[in-house]
Amino acid sequence: MAWTRNVLRVNLTQGSCSTEPLNMEWAEKYLGQRGLASKYLAEEIDPACDALSPDNKLIMATGPLTGTMAATGGRYSVITKSPLTGAIACSNSGGFIGNEIKNAGFDMIIFEGKSPKPVYLLLENEVATLCPADEVWGKSVWETDEILHTKYQDPLLRIAGVGRAAEQGCLYASVVNDLHRAAGRSGVGTVMASKNLKAVAVRGTKGVGNIRDPKAFFKATNEGKRALAENAMTGEGLGALGTQALMNVINEVGAMPTRNMREVQFEGASKISGEAMLEPRESDGKANLTTNAACFGCTIACGRISTIDPQHYTIVNRPEYMGNSGGLEYEAAWALGSDTGVDDLDALTYANFLCNEDGYDPISFGATVAAAMEMFELGAITTKDTGGLELKFGSAEALTKSAELVSTGEGFGKDLGLGSKRLCEKYGHPELSMTVKGQEFPAYDPRGVQGMGLAYATSNRGACHLRGYTVSSELLGVPVKTDPLSTEGKPDLVKAFQDATAAVDSSGLCVFTTFGWTLEDIAPQVDAACEGNWTAESMVEAGERIWNLERKFNLDAGLTAADDTLPERLLKDAAKTGPAKGKVNELGKMLPQYYEVRGWTPEGVPTDATLERLSV
Amino acid sequence: MLKALQLEPEKCTGCLQCEMACSYENEGVFNPSKSRIKVFTFHEEGRFAPYTCSQCAEAWCMHACPVEAIVINADTGSKDVLEDVCVGCKVCTIACPFGTVNYNADSGKVIKCDLCGGEPACAEACPTAAITYVDADHTGLERMRAHAAQTIPRDQ
Repeated sequence: MAWTRNVLRVNLTQGSCSTEPLNMEWAEKYLGQRGLASKYLAEEIDPACDALSPDNKLIMATGPLTGTMAATGGRYSVITKSPLTGAIACSNSGGFIGNEIKNAGFDMIIFEGKSPKPVYLLLENEVATLCPADEVWGKSVWETDEILHTKYQDPLLRIAGVGRAAEQGCLYASVVNDLHRAAGRSGVGTVMASKNLKAVAVRGTKGVGNIRDPKAFFKATNEGKRALAENAMTGEGLGALGTQALMNVINEVGAMPTRNMREVQFEGASKISGEAMLEPRESDGKANLTTNAACFGCTIACGRISTIDPQHYTIVNRPEYMGNSGGLEYEAAWALGSDTGVDDLDALTYANFLCNEDGYDPISFGATVAAAMEMFELGAITTKDTGGLELKFGSAEALTKSAELVSTGEGFGKDLGLGSKRLCEKYGHPELSMTVKGQEFPAYDPRGVQGMGLAYATSNRGACHLRGYTVSSELLGVPVKTDPLSTEGKPDLVKAFQDATAAVDSSGLCVFTTFGWTLEDIAPQVDAACEGNWTAESMVEAGERIWNLERKFNLDAGLTAADDTLPERLLKDAAKTGPAKGKVNELGKMLPQYYEVRGWTPEGVPTDATLERLSV
Repeated sequence: MLKALQLEPEKCTGCLQCEMACSYENEGVFNPSKSRIKVFTFHEEGRFAPYTCSQCAEAWCMHACPVEAIVINADTGSKDVLEDVCVGCKVCTIACPFGTVNYNADSGKVIKCDLCGGEPACAEACPTAAITYVDADHTGLERMRAHAAQTIPRDQ
C-alpha cells in the first residue's frame, strides 16, 4: 500500500497534534503529494481566504513512492494557498526530509491556524511536539539547522524551515530543507512564517514498507533505473552539468529571457553555464563545481555542490561563505544572471547561497531585481528609493547587495520582497512586471517556445516551467519533437504535459525522470507499490482530475480567464535575435482551443460534464 | 576466492540507495535508520562517504562477545551475529574501533554487515559503483590502476 495511511494534523492555534487515518477513497483518486494534498486543501479551506491569515492551511505531503527504492523516490511538496498569486500553491522539493516524514509514519502533515508564539515542530516517529522557537526565530535557515542539530545531538535529524526573508514577509519565501533543497516557489515559506511556524525537525525510524507486490516492484523499479542510466540526459548530462546543461542550449535557440525579458539571448550565457562551472579558476585552481549530489533515492544526481572563488569580492567581504553548499541550477543561474544581465558566476553562486540560507525563491528574486533594474534605468526607481544602490543591469554588486537586503528584509529589500508585480505597481510601471498571476517567469522565453506561452498562461500556480514542460518536446524532442515556433497542436501538447506532470508530482517521484521515462515506465512502479489499478491511462486521468481540481480552487478564489494571459511584452514586442527573431507569443491562437480540449467553457470554466467525467 | 566490499567515496553521490537496499534485505522495509551501511555527508567539503564493517580478520567485536554470538562465516569470511545467541549486551559495540556494529533497540540485538551471505544488496543497488564486491585480496586494484596510469610516460 506504500502509503502509511496516517495524517498528522497540527493545530497551531491550540498547540495540539493529532493523528488521523488517511482518506483512502481520495488517495485512490488523487494518489498522494500534490494531488491528494490539493484535495485536502480544497475541501478544508475557503479558496477566497486571505493566504496569510490563520484560515489558510499548509500541508507537507509525501507520495506513495516517497521513501522507497524507486529512483528519485524522495520527494515531498508543500501545498497551500499562495500569498504571491492568490492561487493554489504546490512547491516540490527533494533532499531527505520527505523520506524522513514517511519513516516517522506519516503521509502528510496538515498545519492549521496560527500559533500565538513562534514554534517549531519536533517529530520523532509518532511523537509530535510543538516547541517554543525563541532560540531560532530571527535566524537564517542555516543557523536554525545548526542550532537544532546541536540541541538534539542528532546528526540524522532532518530539518525544513523558513529564514528571515519569510519572517519579514517576503512574498516569495521558500521552505528550505536539508540546507540547500527548497519548496521554492509561490511563497509557501511566507505562509509557514505567517503561522509562526519556524521549522519542522523530523526523525523517523519506522521504515517504509507494505509494498503491494514486492517482486513486481523491484522488477519495475530496476527496469526504470536502467532506463534512466541509459538515457543521455538522466544518465549523463544531468549528473555532469546538472540542469545547467541547458544554459548554452536554450541561449542558442533564442529562448533565453534576458534583462527583464527584453531580449531572448544573453551574450554572457557561456560564462554562467554548466560548462563554466567546471572550469578551473586562476585563484585556487579549483572549479566552481566540487561534485554532483543526489537527493534521497535519486540515481540521476543532478544536484550541484559548489564553492565561490576565494578571491571574489563576496568572499573577501564575507569569508564565512567559503566552503561548499548548493550550487547553481539552470533556473537560478538564469534568473540571477541572464535576467539581470550579470555574467559573474561567483556573484550568482553567492546570491544563490543567500537564497538558500534565508529561504527565498531565486527565480522570483532574480526576476524582481530585473524589473527593478529596468525601472531604475527609466528613472522610476532612484538611489533615493534603493538607499544608494545603483541598480544597473549587469551589475554584480547590485545583485549581491539586493540579495543581502532581501535576506534580512532591510531597506529596499522590503520592496524587492514584494515580488515583481507589486513592485512594478508601486513604482508606476505594471507593464514591466514579467509575471503571470503575479508569479515571475522561469527561464524559457515563450516567443521562442510557443507552447510554453500557453503553459505559463494556464499554469495553476502562475508562470512556471514545472506545470507543463513542453520545452521537452519543443526543444529537446522528448518524447517527440514538435516545432517550437509553431502553435500547431500545442493546446493538446500542453494539456498532455500538464496532466502527466500532475500525476508524477503526486507519486513521490521527481519530474526530471520524465527526461527518460514516460508514464508507461512510472505506472508499473506505482501499481506494484499501491492498491488500485494504476496504469499510464489511469495516471493521466488522475492528473487531469488534479488539474481540474486546482483550476476549480483558483476560480473559487476569484481568478478568471482574464488571468490566463501573458505580459504585453511577450505578446507584442517581437524577439530581436536568434531563430525566433520577429516572433511574439501567439497565445490568442492557442487559448480558446486549449479551453476546448480541456472540456471547459469559452470562459475557462470546467463544465459540469467535465467535472463529472473526472469525478472531481 | 574470498570477496570484500570495496568502497570508493569519490564516486558516491549520497543517494542512500545502499541504505534502503540493506534495510530491505535485513528488515523487510526501506529504513535507512536500520541500515548496516551508512553514507555520511560532509557538506562543507562537498564529499560523501559510504561506510560499513570491513570484516576484520581478528575482529574486535567477535573477541569481545561474552556469549560467542559473533562467528566467522566460512563461505564469505564475514563476521555474523547469531541472533538467537546475542544477549544485546552491546560490548561488541564498544570493542569495535570503527563503530560498524550497532544495537537495534527494536530487536534487542546488535546488527552488523554480514555481506548478505555473499550477495551484498548495497553493492547491487549502488548506481555509481561506489560500492562493489570484489576479490578481497585486491580491494585496492582500481585505485592502483588509476595511479599506475599516471606512471605511463606521456607523449614525449
